[in-house]
Amino acid sequence: MPKSPRDNDIEIKDISKNFGKFAALKDVSLSVKQGERVVVCGPSGSGKSTLIRCINGLEIHDAGSITVDGIILNHKTKSLEQIRSRVGMVFQQFNLFPHLTVLENITLGPVRAKKVTRQEADSRAMGYLERVKIPEQAHKYPGQLSGGQQQRVAIARSLCMEPKILLFDEPTSALDPEMISEVLEVMIELADTGMTLICATHEKGFARRVADTMIFMDQGRIVETAPPAKFFDSPDTDRCKTFLKQILHH
Amino acid sequence: MKKLAILLFLMLFLSGCSDNWGWYVVNPYSKSGWINLKFLMSGYYFTLLLSFTSIFISIAVGLLVALPGLSKNPWLRNFNRVYVEIVRSVPILVLILWVYYGLPPMTGLEINVFWAGVIALALSDSAFQAEIFRAGIQSIDRGQYEASHSISLNYKDTMRFVILPQAIRRILPALGNQLVYMLKMSSLVSVIGMQELTRKANELVVTEYRPLEIYTILVLEYLVLILVVSAGVRWLERRLKSDERV
Repeated sequence: MPKSPRDNDIEIKDISKNFGKFAALKDVSLSVKQGERVVVCGPSGSGKSTLIRCINGLEIHDAGSITVDGIILNHKTKSLEQIRSRVGMVFQQFNLFPHLTVLENITLGPVRAKKVTRQEADSRAMGYLERVKIPEQAHKYPGQLSGGQQQRVAIARSLCMEPKILLFDEPTSALDPEMISEVLEVMIELADTGMTLICATHEKGFARRVADTMIFMDQGRIVETAPPAKFFDSPDTDRCKTFLKQILHH
Repeated sequence: MKKLAILLFLMLFLSGCSDNWGWYVVNPYSKSGWINLKFLMSGYYFTLLLSFTSIFISIAVGLLVALPGLSKNPWLRNFNRVYVEIVRSVPILVLILWVYYGLPPMTGLEINVFWAGVIALALSDSAFQAEIFRAGIQSIDRGQYEASHSISLNYKDTMRFVILPQAIRRILPALGNQLVYMLKMSSLVSVIGMQELTRKANELVVTEYRPLEIYTILVLEYLVLILVVSAGVRWLERRLKSDERV
């Protein structure tokens, strides 16, 4: 596999993605350095989810190129497999496996895809459950947990695959307000570990606290890229200003 | 079980009213009646063996036919459509006759009555199983595939550990239905001489000439069988549900 000479974890060049006639992404380019924490925001339909889903191959871009950890992403199984083993993903709707216990949810990937022994996987999973502060729920089913707990299990499930890069697709948008902070707390601790993170969210406090780079997307394009201080206090574009005003009203 | 008791009661009542009934042929207290009853009941062996062998094969074949139907590849999808449409449009009885009388000369294979029955029943049922599996798999949320994909599971492991366990729980009532259907359809294999419940009853009718009584027993035999099987399926459903708790 060709390794890119730069130490960027993710290199996105001019990608486009269409769903039928709808252009979800238009010539988007983005570089993310190792250990960088990027927060993506923008109105719904702006393409932030699509961008994140393209990075681990859940959607395949129509044009342009994506390189993740030196591997060129295309629709071939081999490339997708290599990318997936490096990139973890946390979904808005958690997407836990309802028929498996919390522990089984977390160990399925390591045991089946990474060929880790069951014992090793269990002890590793318990470690991650402690990190997301719910080791006592290990033998329950997802349906018995609260939304916040489920999302923390989903985070532990991703971490147990030991990815280099972790993607979050609006991880707190489906949660009741009182559960958002417990998930954000875990995410902030994660951000401090030096893992590369890309997170689509509108949580301003979280963004200010952890982001190295803020990205604002609108109508399939990246409209503004700035460090959080500048982004929130004096954004360059009007569209970004309007959007920030709207989300600050809640 | 209550219904069964009522039916038995009604039958005795009716038999008392009419001189034309001749329950002696199946009277368990007379020697010949007991022999006749045992003869009729011995049909259970092949009815069960035939039905369960066929349903296992048809579930396996149904799954194998359902999976290409969910593929993005149009050739694989067409294979699924053509298989389902063709198999579904042949009546079971016709299929049984064709497999028993047509297949051996065509292929040069020797197929005995039992396996001809199994092939015909399994083949015909597999088209329905394929549709049931397809619906069950399609009902699973796309997020489950995406989550599997994000933890690097390949297609086989995704199906085996994530999608099918959930799909099977959902289609269990439909699979139970197919099993009941299969138990009843197995009676058609009597036409090629399979010694199952219906064939035994037919043979006894020929020697005893008491169709009313013997066929009534036959009805009861199927009724008991299917009530027991349905209760078993419901028990299984409850058990699988209780460890999911969604």
